[in-house]
Amino acid sequence: MTEPRFSLELEQVSKAYGDVLAVRELDLRAAPGELLTLIGPSGCGKSTTLRLVAGLEKPTSGSIRIAGEVVAGAAWQPPERRRVGLVFQDHALFPHLTVARNVAFGLHRWERAERHARVGEVLELVRMGPLADRYPHELSGGEQQRVALARALAPRPAVVLLDEPFSSLDETLRAKVRTDTVAVLRETGTTAIFVTHDQTEALSTGDRVVVMRDGVVEQADTPAAVFEAPATRFVASFMGDADFLPAHVHDGVLSSEIGVVSTVPGWRDDDVEVVLRPHEVALTPAQDGEAEVVAVEYHGAFVLHTVRLVSGRTLRSWQPHSVRHPIGTRVHVSVVGGVRPTLLRGDVAVTEVPAEPRPTR
Amino acid sequence: MAVASISRPRRTSFAGRPAWSLLVLAAAAVVAAPVVAVAVQAVTADDTTGLPRGLGSMVLTTIALLVSVALGTLVVGGGLAWLVTAYRFPLRGILSWLLVLPLAMPTYILGFVFLSTFDVGGPVHEWWREAFGADAWIPGVRNLPACALVMSLTLFPYVYLMARAALLEQSTSTYDAARTLGAGRVRTLLTVVLPLARPSLAAGLALVMMEVLTDFATVQYFGVKTVSVGVYLTWKGSYDFEAATQLSMLVLTFAVAVLAGERLMRGRSRYHQKGGRGQGMELQQLDGWRGWAATLVCLLALSAAFLLPVARLVGWAVAEALDDSSSLVDPRFGEYLGNSLTVALVAAAGCVSVALVLGHALRISGGRFQRAAAQVTTFGYAVPGAVVGIGVLLAFDWLDRVLEWVGTGGTGLLVTGSVAGVLYAYLVRFLAPAYQAVDASLAKVSPTMTLSALSLGASPRRVLTRVHLPLARSGVLVAVVMVVIDAVKELPVVLMIRPFGFTTISVWVYQLASENFWEKAALPALLIVAAAIVPVFLLFRQVRLVDPHRSPVD
Repeated sequence: MTEPRFSLELEQVSKAYGDVLAVRELDLRAAPGELLTLIGPSGCGKSTTLRLVAGLEKPTSGSIRIAGEVVAGAAWQPPERRRVGLVFQDHALFPHLTVARNVAFGLHRWERAERHARVGEVLELVRMGPLADRYPHELSGGEQQRVALARALAPRPAVVLLDEPFSSLDETLRAKVRTDTVAVLRETGTTAIFVTHDQTEALSTGDRVVVMRDGVVEQADTPAAVFEAPATRFVASFMGDADFLPAHVHDGVLSSEIGVVSTVPGWRDDDVEVVLRPHEVALTPAQDGEAEVVAVEYHGAFVLHTVRLVSGRTLRSWQPHSVRHPIGTRVHVSVVGGVRPTLLRGDVAVTEVPAEPRPTR
Repeated sequence: MAVASISRPRRTSFAGRPAWSLLVLAAAAVVAAPVVAVAVQAVTADDTTGLPRGLGSMVLTTIALLVSVALGTLVVGGGLAWLVTAYRFPLRGILSWLLVLPLAMPTYILGFVFLSTFDVGGPVHEWWREAFGADAWIPGVRNLPACALVMSLTLFPYVYLMARAALLEQSTSTYDAARTLGAGRVRTLLTVVLPLARPSLAAGLALVMMEVLTDFATVQYFGVKTVSVGVYLTWKGSYDFEAATQLSMLVLTFAVAVLAGERLMRGRSRYHQKGGRGQGMELQQLDGWRGWAATLVCLLALSAAFLLPVARLVGWAVAEALDDSSSLVDPRFGEYLGNSLTVALVAAAGCVSVALVLGHALRISGGRFQRAAAQVTTFGYAVPGAVVGIGVLLAFDWLDRVLEWVGTGGTGLLVTGSVAGVLYAYLVRFLAPAYQAVDASLAKVSPTMTLSALSLGASPRRVLTRVHLPLARSGVLVAVVMVVIDAVKELPVVLMIRPFGFTTISVWVYQLASENFWEKAALPALLIVAAAIVPVFLLFRQVRLVDPHRSPVD
């Protein structure tokens, strides 16, 4: 058997509950060893997607392949015959079994000696070897999470699904467990799909971030691309803070209320909107400043300033914590040098130079 | 954002497990068959000439009995619940749970103890004649009011438990709110607590009335001819299927009316209200004689319904033993006890297995349809014994005819009845408590755990034996105990469909008591009461968990 090109492939998958389409014509692929993060607001279809892959739901149309094998669509495989590992937020360890027996649960068809060796191996991997004889209730939340991961990895699944795996852990523990989990997944070369609703987590965890809304993928790209070049207005505002300003292009120069924003060589006349993130907005106090500071929020390392422009629109700006302009300060607003902000036409980002000048709307 | 999770139990689809779904449907069909049989037979009957005379008075008697027992239990159960929940008085803590004990006293046992005490020839009768002369007027006791009194005494704990749970749970925050708004204690009771407790009271009363409808043994002691008695007598007297079926349809109609009434009373209010963290009703101290009067009231109810009858039974048993020591080892005693236990254990095994498979199947392949089917299996508990009895006989009759048609010559089940019929009836009656106990245990198994097991390659069967069963162990144990004891206690169904010559211990007690062999009946009766205390204790433990004033003795 040749190695399949993708560990997981969803092709034109739709899922309807009555009249409601939870997922519509979803295409998604994960290459072997890839870490995908699925993110979106509640009801966006990310949980349904996971349920479809796990085999808890049958798609209304479309097909799903795991490691090259069709599991939904032309054929149907129930969860127990899919090579899918699951890690849940509540860990879902079997309370009546020890750590070792929990991990061995998925290896019941293995030879005794092999099974024993594999249990030891994966427990070593998550550094839980010494606690193999404990029961789940004797473990801390972080330890339970590690056992859940080991249990899911033990039968060598083609893909591991992690459903908000860290949200039951407290803040201080979360970052550490996340780093450890990603390290284990990388070390074993496991294909994994994280579902999360935490933007920071999504940006720092995956090879690719898949942003979903209303059952469709808005953007699937590297964390940097999703943050720096959002494909839609929704992605721009969901993955981090963003303000929007109407702007105009004239002969390759993009200007808005706050002056020239950047240059867009090759463009003629066009009306767009510019996406500005708070860290891209610079403030300079000036008597004749066209904007006024209306709110100051202290965030520790940085201070968030909100300024009101002449038009009444507001922009937010991160300033280092040593800079605190009092409310009422007149400031001059500009875009930090070197930034090439995203431009939107309607709700969609403009990525290429328009072929010919569009008539202004 | 609410934590999104692929484990949400909502919207589970069929997800393609027809075999397990089919099992659920099969269980529902088996349990519903007797009731459906009765309904179909009654509707398709040619004429109604077979109905016994005096039908009108039977219906009126049934209504009168239902209403008077409902009122009786409401006053006794509701009143005691209020007393115990709102006031502090000597022995309140221990009395609050002892008051559940009358549930362990089967009505037919209290019935014959009551009659032996108050009827002609009993000690009270003798004393009355000595005091007022041989010709003095004395109220008779073989009548409806006395029967209603006895039934109220054994059944009031249903209302008591529901009312108490409602008072403890529902009043926690609302009661405080009402008080801070300036309402007095009594006004709060009338305007806030009672209306909020209404659904629970309705549920308790519905349970009581179902028990009244099911009974056709106790009522016969008292010469009260209800519709259920009509079914039994018509069947046993003439083996007239047609008439018995039509009468049991009438009983079924009563049962449906009771359930509908409960729905109506409950209205749109929800059963349980989240209690919040309030302290609830503060206990008001009853000082001096008032406190002891409250204690006395509780003790009076407890004595009349439980302590005195038990004492009388013990007295008889001891007298019998002293009188003739061989009676303790009456060979029939062992045989009948063996019969009871065998049937009860087989019934328990059957009920619990079906309950476990139901709970498991719903977790593996739960859809709206399957859930509805599982719901059907729990209705058997609400179907009166007479209906179950006739229904089982009808179902066996049909099976017989099918077998004859197929050519195996039939089994002759109908004529003699068989233990299989008794077992089937038990399954219909007791699947509900078994399922509830098992399901309560399975409810603690999160859907993610089931899904984890599946995704680790375990087949549904392996999930059942390695995950669901071990985790539901305590529920399975409770279910076995509940069914065994319910089955040992059960009288009407066995009376109706037992095969000739098959006697259980409850039937024996009933027969001995009907023939006024009180002393002989005492020991087996005590045994039944002792066994029945176990589920009462289990029930009580569940209710106790919600008591905010938790301490065994105040």
